[in-house]
Amino acid sequence: MARKQSLQRKAAVTLLAWAAALVVFFPILWMVLTSFKTELEAFSIPPKFVFFDWTLENYEVVQTRSDYVRHAVNSVILAGGSTLFALLLAVPAAWAMAFAPTERTRGTLLWMLSTKMLPPVGVLVPIYLIYRDFGLLDSHAGLIAILAMGNLPIVVWMLFTYFKEIPKDILEAARMDGATTVKEIVFVLAPMAVPGIASTMLLNVILAWNEAFWTLNLTTSDAAPLTMFIASYSSPEGLFWAKLSAASTLAIAPILIIGWLSQRQLVRGLTFGAVK
Amino acid sequence: MSTRESRTAGRILAAPSIVLLFIWMIVPLVMTLYFSTLRYNLLNPGMEEFVGLENYYWFLTDPAFLTALQNTLVLVGSVLMITVGGGVLLALLLDQPVLGQPIVRLMVIAPFFVMPTVSALVWKNLLMHPVSGLFAWLAASVGLKPVDWFAQAPLLAVILIVAWQWLPFATLILLTALQSLDEEQKEAAEMDGAGAFSFFFHIVLPHLARPVTVVILIETIFLLTVFAEILVTTGGGPGLATTNIAFLVYAQALLQYDVGGASAGGIVAVVIANIVAFFLVRLVGKNLEA
Repeated sequence: MARKQSLQRKAAVTLLAWAAALVVFFPILWMVLTSFKTELEAFSIPPKFVFFDWTLENYEVVQTRSDYVRHAVNSVILAGGSTLFALLLAVPAAWAMAFAPTERTRGTLLWMLSTKMLPPVGVLVPIYLIYRDFGLLDSHAGLIAILAMGNLPIVVWMLFTYFKEIPKDILEAARMDGATTVKEIVFVLAPMAVPGIASTMLLNVILAWNEAFWTLNLTTSDAAPLTMFIASYSSPEGLFWAKLSAASTLAIAPILIIGWLSQRQLVRGLTFGAVK
Repeated sequence: MSTRESRTAGRILAAPSIVLLFIWMIVPLVMTLYFSTLRYNLLNPGMEEFVGLENYYWFLTDPAFLTALQNTLVLVGSVLMITVGGGVLLALLLDQPVLGQPIVRLMVIAPFFVMPTVSALVWKNLLMHPVSGLFAWLAASVGLKPVDWFAQAPLLAVILIVAWQWLPFATLILLTALQSLDEEQKEAAEMDGAGAFSFFFHIVLPHLARPVTVVILIETIFLLTVFAEILVTTGGGPGLATTNIAFLVYAQALLQYDVGGASAGGIVAVVIANIVAFFLVRLVGKNLEA
């Protein structure tokens, strides 16, 4: 009796969950489907869901019209570069805070968090003018620096919460066994720190890839990443939905995959360790 | 462990991050403060003069400011309500045993990874277009008049787009929190004969209070500065219908080249964000001690 009821319940919950998930996911699904239609079919009423002439022509057009590859390369450079830069600064800092905390560590961490709350518009004007005067507008270096600084607090925090979980006793044990500091770091600590660093890296890549305030305001063409590439589709020109969809699919595909892989770590990173 | 040497080493290791972050925050902020006291337009270079608080006076008394402030509050408030409400429901649903759970989860969190410019344009064109959009077709097929979203309810349209982007975030965090509600607690409640409802109200809801607070505060920080979604869909319009504070400052700076006025607006935005930040830092700080 109870078994039957729970089976029924499971079926109902499953149905409900799938329905809800499909509603949430639908815009993405619809966009991907539209990217394979011809422009005429993309506009057709009633809409065609699966039965249309699947075509790859939009993807070709998108590449020739607005050079997807160049923007994608810029996205990779900006996201990758800013992530490396941020990690380079943050790993030692988080390491020190986790393993040699002082009475000021807590205050420093909270101060770092508070810088993240500075709204970008608050510093838009001076940053824009500084970048203009130093020729950093639309440059990779300028964007990498600003994206790295913007995410540094999150990176330090996330690494800190990971490093804090590495048991300190293990260091003493290694020392007793006669390990030198270098050996300690290479054979004991690094293997334990790598997973945390890797998830931090993924989260930072996602945030930098999708960042759409500084990239839209400070780039025009040379360093323009995919956010800008898509923004160039905001003024409609004739029939363009299928092309917009193809461009959008290309812009989000890489990060969607990384995002799905790192969903668990995401929570920790985005809540500054407040929810694990 | 914390010997004097290790502390010195610690300071040296932490210094680059702290110094760079400090410079990145303080230098532009001081410049913004300074600019905000000048009459300074990029179209008239070399004509800067000190005007005291005049820029603040003009910015704060400009009817556009009140409209933008109201839009900002409505946007933040509505998105919070939709995402927290929807997030709690979705999290409760996904916490149940569901067939194909991993796939359901992937579909639900996917929108969070979509860059703002993409979600805005896809919603605007493919879904909300008054003639050929999917919503128009849905409305027509049940005999309703299609809504011209960006003409009739532009702010609502922006709210829906932003809410769609943030719903996964709320869901994911609340789901993680629910899953940390340990089995023992659930079993104990069952042994005590707690019904589904009293279990929900006495155990689940109080357990969610903290993660909900975290969601609200973190979302607020990001929602106060929604920008790309507005830029690529409405450009702040029609009129000022979808202009929020962030967009108003942007327009003043990079469209009207009014550095002084934009700087004053930027400082106002910082003050508003600080009020929120104050609460978040306290909340997270408490957690740090535990």
